[in-house]
Amino acid sequence: MLTISNVKKTFNKGTVNEKKALNGINLHLDEGDFVTIIGGNGAGKSTMLNMIAGVYPIDSGKIVIDGINISREPEYKRAKYIGRVFQDPMRGTAANMEIQENLAMAFRRGRIRGLGWGIKSSEKDYYREALAQLGLGLQTRMTSKVGLLSGGQRQALTLLMATLQKPRLLLLDEHTAALDPKTAKKVLELTEKIVDEQNLTAMMVTHNMKDAIQIGNRLIMMHEGRIIYDVSGEEKKKLQVEDLLERFETASGEEFANDRMMLGQ
Amino acid sequence: MNGLLASLQGAVAQGILWGIMVLGVYITFRLMDIADLTVDGSFALGACVCAVLVVNKQVNPVIALFAAMAAGLVAGAVTGLLHTIFEIPAILAGILTQISLWSINLRIMGGKSNLPLLKTETLISGLSDALGLTQAQASMIVGIIVAIIVIVFLYWFFGTEIGSAMRATGNNEDMVRALGVNTKMTKLLSLTLSNGLVGLSGALVCQSQKYGDVGSGTGAIVIGLAAIVIGEVLMGRLTPFYWKLTSVVAGSVIYFVIRALVLRMGMNANDMKLLSAIIVALALCIPVAVSKYRLKKEYSEGGEEEC
Ligand SMILES: Nc1ncnc2c1ncn2[C@@H]1O[C@H](COP(=O)(O)OP(=O)(O)O)[C@@H](O)[C@H]1O
Ligand SMILES: [Mg+2]
Repeated sequence: MLTISNVKKTFNKGTVNEKKALNGINLHLDEGDFVTIIGGNGAGKSTMLNMIAGVYPIDSGKIVIDGINISREPEYKRAKYIGRVFQDPMRGTAANMEIQENLAMAFRRGRIRGLGWGIKSSEKDYYREALAQLGLGLQTRMTSKVGLLSGGQRQALTLLMATLQKPRLLLLDEHTAALDPKTAKKVLELTEKIVDEQNLTAMMVTHNMKDAIQIGNRLIMMHEGRIIYDVSGEEKKKLQVEDLLERFETASGEEFANDRMMLGQ
Repeated sequence: MNGLLASLQGAVAQGILWGIMVLGVYITFRLMDIADLTVDGSFALGACVCAVLVVNKQVNPVIALFAAMAAGLVAGAVTGLLHTIFEIPAILAGILTQISLWSINLRIMGGKSNLPLLKTETLISGLSDALGLTQAQASMIVGIIVAIIVIVFLYWFFGTEIGSAMRATGNNEDMVRALGVNTKMTKLLSLTLSNGLVGLSGALVCQSQKYGDVGSGTGAIVIGLAAIVIGEVLMGRLTPFYWKLTSVVAGSVIYFVIRALVLRMGMNANDMKLLSAIIVALALCIPVAVSKYRLKKEYSEGGEEEC
């Protein structure tokens, strides 16, 4: 469904700030795969998702979705296949616009926008139902400005927006990291529910190793722009946090020095 | 007293005609969050194109309005292309277009900086002759009709799929791109549309004042920003969209009325630009100062505890 072959990316090439962020990524996802991604700070997790979404052009390699080579497509064209939720709750929604207007924008992802109404009254019932599914009471506040919502509510809304039109691939980049633990748990449950119900193919970056093990059917670990561990199925289910730490140390030859991750247990 | 009334009528008429320009500035400044300096040039462009067509080419004044608007659209598109395709910062792109328009406008006017329309019939003089109105009253009627058409158009347009995508671009560019919108396209479109209105306004003012002048747009952007700010102070910011658009034109009217009053009180006309700049600067400074003051007040050494 998604095939990434030998994708490389260096930021600020030829300057003192040169940074090899991706060192040849190879990855194949099957339909319905739900992959969790872990790795230390600066391992290249966000960069990998950004490359798939087309935020920056890649230096070399190939990204293919459903047999279509999207490596050189601009970000807005790839949006046809990809739904995204960012770490920053502010990034996924338009604060000055109404909840229903945000949903209407998302409903048109991947479609050509014309001079028809930006939001049709017939859509509103559908949005109301979809909002009700979130269980946050947002269905009664459809005309509220999104800026009035809490971070957790905005993140849940962004999740709904990313999946309102079923995406071929859902990209989640530490989308619960900015939330308090209780809200984070709620948003994570919603994520699992939506991915399960729509049978989505998804990639989720997390710094919580327990979540990474429990959620999804596959787990990959990144280090210095490479995938250093890739595990799925029964083997993944049996994983322990200690196994992951050990894996990391042998593969990288370093202590796992990410305190955020340790706390994430 | 009669003099005051007449000058106020004239001010209201000018306010409405310039209000079309302010609507253009509103699109870029408030909806798209772009400060577009093309405006000074495209306003004069509209005036020059209109004057030359009506005086030298004997073109129908209504058609001249459309031609002026088209010229404004092109000027906006140039700024838009510089900004989106060549990634020049919007302010600089606007300055480049504005500066080149100075030379272009002079060329359009055949090297003259001012072209009077005294003996030629315009939309406004035609109306005042036909109905026996003063120049100011006729300008007001034309202005109100055009303003209503433009507001209805903008209200419709920004409710469409493309229009919504444009508003969202000004609000959160990352998000709309992730939702499949070509944000270069939406920015280009907004700059184009905005300057089309500015050009139209320049032509209307030209017909109402009965001359085209290459310097007529100088400071237009500041007038536009001041009018937007006045409108917002007056009508508040949390009103429906059609009200916001109306308050933009109302702000412009109030700006010109204030201007007429202070001029009558003996202020030097040349100081008016300084006054406008101060109004805009204050409007931009106050929210920042208020939030800084709040932060300072909320700070306590004891951390989050209430005391
Ligand atoms: N836009 C950018 N410009 C320059 N360097 C970047 C940029 N984005 C990421 N990097 C660098 O690339 C490396 C990988 O970053 P990132 O993918 O954000 O890591 P992770 O998400 O795994 O913490 C880091 O060293 C980071 O500083
Ligand atoms: Mg990251």
